[in-house]
Amino acid sequence: MQIELSNRQKEARSRFRSFAEQKIAPYAGQWDNEQRVPSHIFAELREHGYLGAPVPAESGGGGMDAITYGLLTEEIGRACSSVRSLLTVHDMVTLTVLRWAKPSLKEKFFPRMSRGELLCALALSEPNVGSDSSSVETTARLDSDHYILNGKKCWITYGQVADLFLVIAREESGVSAFLVPGETPGLTRRKIQVVGTRASLVAELDLSECRVPMDSLLGKSGFAHLQAVAGALDFGRYSVAWGCVGIAQACLSASLDYCSKRKQFGVTINKHQLVQRKLSEMIASTHAARLLCCRAGYARQTGDPQAISEALVAKYFASRTATRAANDAVQLHGANGLTENYPVSRFLRDAKVMEIIEGSTQIQQIAIVNSPPSEI
Amino acid sequence: MENPKQHIMAFLGRFFRCETLNDGDDIFAAGFVNSLVIVQLIGFLENNFSITIEDEDLDLSNFRSVNNILAFIERKTAAKSQPNDCQRLASAVDAN
Repeated sequence: MQIELSNRQKEARSRFRSFAEQKIAPYAGQWDNEQRVPSHIFAELREHGYLGAPVPAESGGGGMDAITYGLLTEEIGRACSSVRSLLTVHDMVTLTVLRWAKPSLKEKFFPRMSRGELLCALALSEPNVGSDSSSVETTARLDSDHYILNGKKCWITYGQVADLFLVIAREESGVSAFLVPGETPGLTRRKIQVVGTRASLVAELDLSECRVPMDSLLGKSGFAHLQAVAGALDFGRYSVAWGCVGIAQACLSASLDYCSKRKQFGVTINKHQLVQRKLSEMIASTHAARLLCCRAGYARQTGDPQAISEALVAKYFASRTATRAANDAVQLHGANGLTENYPVSRFLRDAKVMEIIEGSTQIQQIAIVNSPPSEI
Repeated sequence: MENPKQHIMAFLGRFFRCETLNDGDDIFAAGFVNSLVIVQLIGFLENNFSITIEDEDLDLSNFRSVNNILAFIERKTAAKSQPNDCQRLASAVDAN
């Protein structure tokens, strides 16, 4: 495995960091309070080519290699997990459409998806369906040359503003995936308030007799779990894993800074050994999480089928690392950490979300045991 | 590829013990193959045998045993080497 970043990747990381530090980080707390990422940020992301970045260049996307894409999600995630969530969900859907959509559907939507002109969201979870996604209750039935969709979806990241939804629904043949435009009659959205990634415009969707053309079906009828869902969640885990490295790094940077300024017992608190212990654990685990993400990225880049297993491990470790780092960061900040004057309480709320989305920590544990990466 | 069967066995061996697996044994019946393993198997076959698995190939019987997987690869490879309608037409035009 190659673990050294190329010069091009290092340059890209500097660009991403500069963008995130100027355009996102100073406002992340405000967006968190307002519970929305403003639409001008969508435009900024689009103009910089950050939406659709991992789509191959020959398909009209940014052609970003897996590790460079990881660096992008780390840097954006370091500044604001809610903005990073948009990259994740948008690209999950865009790449799934590229792989499994019929040519007529691709022609209609894909060019604008790959340029980020149409924002995409994944509509998988339901009020009664979380980890057991094979039990979705939303239904799809064929009516002449259309599918009719009925059901409820919830916890849909960017569901309040998405132009297109990848909706997972049950047919007689099994679970299938459909691309549904947001303006489809019968589709209504309702804002959901969450405590983490609060600005990510989470929504509940109600689908009532939503009619979509037959070519909206992605892949084979009844095979969504082997095609659309598997691919989308695999990409999502990879993207979230890197985003978690960003959260952990943000916690580390904030803690190093705070502990070098805050004085207690006549010295800055970074001179106290119990503080050093927390900082050293944060440094080592952030470093380890980043290396696991690089390993998963290398597997993706080289077309290794083990990339799926590697992403499982990376997401599992990085999300736990982010939560621990955020918890320690709040502890190190003391009462200040519980105020909005410091970003660490937001990091903690955001980090906890990472242990739940794209497969909870417990689901990752089961999947890792059943599908382990081979030995290093 | 020199020995496709060995290659497939090595891949499957990551998920369960292959020492006792016969070429015709049903790997799904053994209970070790979940959807993640199938997805990885599909990726493995696409990358290592230069084939693209399409919607119509997603019949689980294609992946049920080592023998079935080998037969599937053979069919896909043979289909790839067959000229398609456009190529046939172009050849016919050239011949005239």
